Amino acid sequence: MALLELNGVSLGFAGNTVLQDVDFAVGERAIASLIGPNGAGKTSLFNCITGFYKPQRGSITFGGAQMLSLKPWQVTRAGIARTFQNVRLFRQMSVLENVMSGQHCRTNAGAIGAIFRVPAQRREEEHIHEVAGACLRFVGIDADEWGRDATTLAYGHQRRVEIARALATEPKLLLLDEPAAGLTRGEKAELVTLISRIRDERGVAVLLIEHDTSLVMSISERVSVLDHGVMIAEGAPKEIQANPRVIEAYLGSEDAEAALAL
Amino acid sequence: MTLTTILAQQLVNGLVLGSFYALVALGYTMVFGVVKLLNFAHGDLYMVGAFTGLLALSAVAGTAGTSWVGVGLSILLAMIAVGFLGVVIERIAYAPMLRAPRLSILITALAVSLVLQNGVLTISNGQVLAFSPKLGFAGLNLGPVFINYKQIALAGTAAVLMIALELFITRTQYGRAMRAVSVDRDMSELMGIDVNRVIAVTFFVGSALAGAAGTMAGAYYGSVWYFMGFIIGLKAFTAAVIGGIGSIPGAMLGGLVLGLLESFGTQIPGIGSEWKDVFSFSVLILVLVFKPTGLLGKSEQERM
Amino acid sequence: MALEPGSPGPQSVEARPSAWGGLSAILDTPQKRGITIVVILAAMVIAPQAFGPYATVILTNALLYTILALGLNVVVGYAGLLDLGYAAFFAVGAYSVGILTTGFGWNFWATIPVAVIVAMIAGVIIGGPTLRLRSDYLAIVTLGFGEIVRIAARNLQITGAASGISGIEQPWLFGWHIARQVDFYYVFLVLAVIAILVSVRLANSRLGRAWLYVRHDEDAAEAMGIDRVRVKLAAYIIGAIYGSIGGAFFAVNLTAISPQSFSFQQSTLFLMAVVLGGMGKIPGVILGAFVVVLGPELLRDLGSFRYLVFAVGLLLIMLFRPSGIWPSGGKR
Repeated sequence: MALLELNGVSLGFAGNTVLQDVDFAVGERAIASLIGPNGAGKTSLFNCITGFYKPQRGSITFGGAQMLSLKPWQVTRAGIARTFQNVRLFRQMSVLENVMSGQHCRTNAGAIGAIFRVPAQRREEEHIHEVAGACLRFVGIDADEWGRDATTLAYGHQRRVEIARALATEPKLLLLDEPAAGLTRGEKAELVTLISRIRDERGVAVLLIEHDTSLVMSISERVSVLDHGVMIAEGAPKEIQANPRVIEAYLGSEDAEAALAL
Repeated sequence: MTLTTILAQQLVNGLVLGSFYALVALGYTMVFGVVKLLNFAHGDLYMVGAFTGLLALSAVAGTAGTSWVGVGLSILLAMIAVGFLGVVIERIAYAPMLRAPRLSILITALAVSLVLQNGVLTISNGQVLAFSPKLGFAGLNLGPVFINYKQIALAGTAAVLMIALELFITRTQYGRAMRAVSVDRDMSELMGIDVNRVIAVTFFVGSALAGAAGTMAGAYYGSVWYFMGFIIGLKAFTAAVIGGIGSIPGAMLGGLVLGLLESFGTQIPGIGSEWKDVFSFSVLILVLVFKPTGLLGKSEQERM
Repeated sequence: MALEPGSPGPQSVEARPSAWGGLSAILDTPQKRGITIVVILAAMVIAPQAFGPYATVILTNALLYTILALGLNVVVGYAGLLDLGYAAFFAVGAYSVGILTTGFGWNFWATIPVAVIVAMIAGVIIGGPTLRLRSDYLAIVTLGFGEIVRIAARNLQITGAASGISGIEQPWLFGWHIARQVDFYYVFLVLAVIAILVSVRLANSRLGRAWLYVRHDEDAAEAMGIDRVRVKLAAYIIGAIYGSIGGAFFAVNLTAISPQSFSFQQSTLFLMAVVLGGMGKIPGVILGAFVVVLGPELLRDLGSFRYLVFAVGLLLIMLFRPSGIWPSGGKR
């Protein structure tokens, strides 16, 4: 059974159909990608998975459990974490604090514990600091950056902090929304390594939305293609590159660059 | 008095009251539409309108007298003055804050409100000033009810202003631009609309309407007070929410609905005039909890 | 997760910028900070003797505002909820004490837990439906609630209607009759210190961080697994508790309360204290509270003009220095 399964998911806003009868699955410890021309509905699909949008029809299960009725924070608690297309780190807060936010759902000290500094709370605070630090080291952010205001970091570093933050939630599935956007060649290569390590060293499945087709093809085990809300193809990278429907979808849109990359 | 008489009288009262609420609510909703901000100081613009109207009346008293013509002129002058004040406030206090966090601009609006209130407080020494136009108490009998000419004039003027606004929105270029900016500000800018101009015009019109309502209220109730904008601001907000924030017909409808609700509400045993404000606020809270988009508003889907 | 040898542990990195803000450059060691706190406390302790009875009344008021501003700071400064009706919680505390002591003969100390519980319930009632709303709506709705509480207090018999409640008995504590103004000064001083300690502990905790996450980006916070409604409600309830405890002691200090003390103007004064000093920063909030209380005293001669001065001051702060008067620490 797949880790994440979508069946017949349909979503519409004010008369527009955004997703139509989408079937989709991600296996445990898999590295998969979701591609498609602009406006195909990829981020909307992410938003359905993470509980920000409620599809009108269909079902979403994760580890066998129903996800449709869950609020976004409950989805994260269940083990799905995400990053955002436009990096959304918490402003005016340090890098370390940003990553510590991921541990909120894995801990439970409340006001009383905080006010009276009970031993359990102090241990928990140490644990939160440690996990956050470990996630930051994992993505390659040096300790001398941890105290800085997160939004003052170089763009590439900010993206990595966002990934560290998502990892701090101890997910089983990580959704990355255009993680390569704005990265240099070198940074993209590092990203590929990082994604592999996330799966290999932490056992976390990774699902990417990405426009950089060569990156997608180099790292994914499985590629799914969405066009105008419809899933038009799924398979190994080589199959997708040769799929005429896919090529047509890209040529028909303004994503000619991506089409050529195929 | 029979039940029908009471209800009919309250109907009239409700419509009159509702006209005030509608005029002020329109300003709220228009501004919200283009800058997505609830102008906390809007109620105080109504109050400034009342004071300006009073000043205007004494100014024109010599030439136009203090009867219908004088009052009419005062309303006009107040509208222009308050309209400009609204634009000045927007330029000085809100325009620089549009990219700041939400909390900052809300507190700024609160600060503007306090400046207006305390400014007028200082000038008027906190006293309630009499606004006494010579409009008489004559009226007509319509069935069981007595409607005096002041009420007719008020409702009539409000109706004229609202029709004028509707025409402005639907028929003029500025009106169309306003609607475009309220739907999608960035897109409007790309389409070549001078968004800052549109915002300024919106503030002018919205504030002018509040100013008109203030002058009329001053003339109708006979007095003006530095704190009179506070409650009206809350009520107008309630009206705008009932009708659907951002919707202009909604503000008009909401204003009338609230006016009627309040008038009929005071007849419910137990809810006297002291509790009528609590009644209105409760309505506000109920609407926000159960139907936040109001009667005519559109559902907002969160866009990520 | 084992730490690699040689790498700095996460604990040695200060996750939060120092609460001392811009002064942390001058006060850079724990010793210097400790000495500063001791000096300030000592000054506060001898103040009544040094400055006389009138000043004692004013300073007591400033301490009361400190407590309330710290409470509102949790709601506005940390959780980012613009509450314009905070006086409602102040009223709840004061009236709980007034009603229970004068109407039912309760001992003051027994009324405190009741005041706190009633405030928590009020927090849930007001917060529950409104915390899901946009910030603009929330501001106006909380204002509405504040008005509802005030109007109810003014019209109900049990709250003494417009004349309020008077003749509230002042409490005894182990043979000490807390009745003179200077007695209340020290009580409020202790309360203020407790309020500060609690605020500091909350700020540096999981909950304190959660408030900031929700305030800065609700949706991202939610995506990190934070239940924003629960977090906001916690802020609201904790703010309510601060407010009601302040109100409770306010009631016995004055021995008489009336609806005028719980108006919208009062709520705006609390808000000004939080914003002027520096929203979200504890020293800033304390400074703001003192400015809001001492300011009108220093500007006495200006009469009602002084509120205009304050309002203009607030506007100028928002336009030119929204982070407040307290010098802000540079970002490292």
